[in-house]
Amino acid sequence: MNSYDAIVIGAGHNGLTNAAYLAKSGLKVLIVERNPYIGGASVSRELHEGWIYTNCSYVSSLLRPEIYRDLNLAKHGLQVVPFGGGVTLTQSGDYLGSYSNDEARRREYARHSLHDADALDRFSTDVMRYCRFIRPFLLRTPADPTSFRPRDLSELFFLGKKLYELGEEELYEFIRFFTMSIAEFLDEYFECELVKAALSGSGLIGTALGPYSPGTAYVLLHHYMGDIDGNVGEWGLARGGMGSIAKALAGALQEHGGEIRTGAPVAQIRVRNARTKGVVLEGGEEIDAPIVVSNLDAKRTFLTIMDPKDLPDEVLERARNFKITGSSGKLNIALDGRPEFPQLPAGCPLLKGDLHITENFEQLERGYDDWKNGTWSKWPYVDMMIPTLTDPTMAPPGKHMMSIFVQHCPATLADGGWTPDKREAFGQTVIDAIATFSPNFKDLILHTEIRTPHEIEAEVGLTAGNIFQGDLSFDQLMFNRPFPGYAQYRGPVKGMYMCGSTTHPGGGVSAAPGTNAAREILADLGRKNITPEDFGDD
Amino acid sequence: MRAQYDKEHFRQHSLPTPFHPRLAELSQGSSWHCWKGHLSPAYFENVELEYFAIRNACSVMDLSPMCKYRIRGQDAEAFFDRMVTRDMSKLKPGRVGYSVWCNDQGKVIDDGTIFRFAEHDYRLCAYERQYEWLKISAAGFEVDITEQTEEIAALTVQGPTSFAVLNKMDLPGLETLKPFGIMHFPYHGGELMVSRTGFTADLGYELWVEASKALTLWDELFEAGRHHGIRAIGTDALDIARVEAGFIQAADDFTPANHTIRKDHDRSPFEIGLGWLVNLEKPNFTGRKALIREKEKGSRYRLVKLDIDGNKPAHASYIFHDRKKLAGAVTSAVWSPTCKQNIALASLEVAADHPLDDLWAEVYYQRELHWNRVWLRCRVQDKPFWNPPRRRATPPGLF
Repeated sequence: MNSYDAIVIGAGHNGLTNAAYLAKSGLKVLIVERNPYIGGASVSRELHEGWIYTNCSYVSSLLRPEIYRDLNLAKHGLQVVPFGGGVTLTQSGDYLGSYSNDEARRREYARHSLHDADALDRFSTDVMRYCRFIRPFLLRTPADPTSFRPRDLSELFFLGKKLYELGEEELYEFIRFFTMSIAEFLDEYFECELVKAALSGSGLIGTALGPYSPGTAYVLLHHYMGDIDGNVGEWGLARGGMGSIAKALAGALQEHGGEIRTGAPVAQIRVRNARTKGVVLEGGEEIDAPIVVSNLDAKRTFLTIMDPKDLPDEVLERARNFKITGSSGKLNIALDGRPEFPQLPAGCPLLKGDLHITENFEQLERGYDDWKNGTWSKWPYVDMMIPTLTDPTMAPPGKHMMSIFVQHCPATLADGGWTPDKREAFGQTVIDAIATFSPNFKDLILHTEIRTPHEIEAEVGLTAGNIFQGDLSFDQLMFNRPFPGYAQYRGPVKGMYMCGSTTHPGGGVSAAPGTNAAREILADLGRKNITPEDFGDD
Repeated sequence: MRAQYDKEHFRQHSLPTPFHPRLAELSQGSSWHCWKGHLSPAYFENVELEYFAIRNACSVMDLSPMCKYRIRGQDAEAFFDRMVTRDMSKLKPGRVGYSVWCNDQGKVIDDGTIFRFAEHDYRLCAYERQYEWLKISAAGFEVDITEQTEEIAALTVQGPTSFAVLNKMDLPGLETLKPFGIMHFPYHGGELMVSRTGFTADLGYELWVEASKALTLWDELFEAGRHHGIRAIGTDALDIARVEAGFIQAADDFTPANHTIRKDHDRSPFEIGLGWLVNLEKPNFTGRKALIREKEKGSRYRLVKLDIDGNKPAHASYIFHDRKKLAGAVTSAVWSPTCKQNIALASLEVAADHPLDDLWAEVYYQRELHWNRVWLRCRVQDKPFWNPPRRRATPPGLF
């Protein structure tokens, strides 16, 4: 029987989450995935025998613990392990370490600036105030501020209450914060260029902006608002790579009777008489369902797998104008041994954290300039990790895997599209930059996976290779994500929904959009809400 | 300004103080804890015995982790007058003043002691790190601010025989030193500074030397105290004495404003019993406008000293009016071995004119893993629980 209660398109982590909740509620659910494997951008693949890559997303903090617990992800094999700390290396041979031991971290800052060592406390307090504000909204459907429905009014009241709880001074600051640049924000606390550069990375990751661009301060918050076991702002590794998250969610989905079909690309969402009827696959096979949930980004959903005749003009126009800018690439490297970074003392735990090589705003802004000029950053902001120093499952003993996120890499180049030669040149730029700090790095390389925005779009399906399924700019957040009037996960056609990071609360492996969308679908079906509320941390 | 840490610093969580070799020799319990990045013993042998060194003889505690800053320059007095709540023109050279300082919202950043060495030369000792705040506050003032936490070693020598001990150390004129006074003595090619200050409400002194002289000072001090009951103590014993003295401790009795995340969890000076340090007559100091407003509108909280019935310390207990309406919570509680009283400091959320004559503490205590609950009557005390005349006597007694 080729008929389901609901079909979810795209087995990324939000699609799987959404499908799992629908299945748990008792619906007959099918999730269809274009690739022969599940995971979307939350994927681990063995591209070199014996080495598991965490191919796209590579660290976890935002994954809501409420969902983790609710869907029994631990039972389905998921374990998120904090790695602690990180370091920014400078070309002069020095570095700034962010130790997980807070006293060592403080001394390390003081080594560069006593002022900034103190300021870190003030900065952390302020960022934590904003995190406390924003965290309760992650698992809530954004209120429609134009609506007078009791639920929207009550959500608006909740928003007002949270704003009041910030306190008067903090309210002013918070409103400023949303439109500030990360450089301006950090300038208000710190004096040392290296300190500021080290802290600014979280404001730039995945974002086609430079440190001086308005809006980047919020992007930092987006990377601080998660937690591991209550440690807000802490990041960890999913054991076995980020694919373990998708695998565990798939386990939960199957536990509740959901079905997964891989290698099943959807050609179109079928609509008849302004009602959703199901999907048609690229091979022509039709599958029926009164509910279809798209885990694709808004551009791809409305401009590629829906018939424009089924859509209001406004939605088509909004989808065309939706900002989803490509700005990052990724290298995954199989290493024959442990790369040395001689400027770090022997046994220094910082190597287990995230490593960076940009030491001032100038370098970061120039990297953005390169992007604007239609080329990849010549001295890129990289967020690199050697997960095998923490996770023993990803390479043979003594061997290592390196995951290198690269910022400021455009979706299209000034001299035309991406070609294999240009991709190799991009990868070489990154490898050369890292090799200046690690003399044995190049010799250890056994295999490299290089992913420009072109590959990320082609393989993962993210438009322009945008990792957040849409820019995290203020005009595309909360009740305006993805579009005004469509932030409550319902599409413009009855029975059609959105559940990807293109919706609130946006990008990152949080599983929150998928959960929030499930809550709305269940409400429309008149079914009991089974999605978790937030833990209510106070 | 940068701190001179070796890159290998990460191999230790907390760093040893200049007295560490002596502390380590004496420490039996391995009770080390981290005091602002430094290794500090909570106790050496036995908290009770160490406490009685404070009240009966002479206690010595390593005070080196205190955050210390040197402030020099022709605007130093004006700078402090602008930063802190009290009138700094009254603090003369050779004297020490206790104060608090606030942010613009009138909420306490920290409390600490200000040592005036000379006309244009001060040292600030604070619980929290204050370098950034001092830099922020110094805008427009001609002052030079230097962090001195690592370079100055300090001991607090407290108890009735503390003068008798120091009297054996060739410190001429020490008997004339009044409470909150400072004297400087040549010391092995350097200088020993003695201030008659402390956190115990007893006769006591604090000794300050450059870090390289720390072990010499320790050894000479203990030699001098051999017949006067000298004893090294950890921070736990001091914590009992300071509650008896009615002294508040940052992070225990209030959260410094720069560490307060939640709205209304910070405190003004009025709300922690330090209104007496606020001089609203001063034309300008940080937080003044907000404090004037608070004075008119009334404060949200008040900190009270409680004498509590019975002998079960009211750690973290809720305080109720008439056993019914929540009034607040205990911030510090101890059994006072000297006063034989069950005492506490508590933060209450009640209007200034609200009667406090029917307060009760809901105290939970455990006996062999069995929990019990008792209601204990609390009486608000205005005066410190312990405040002996020997604390102030000049010349001090030899006991």
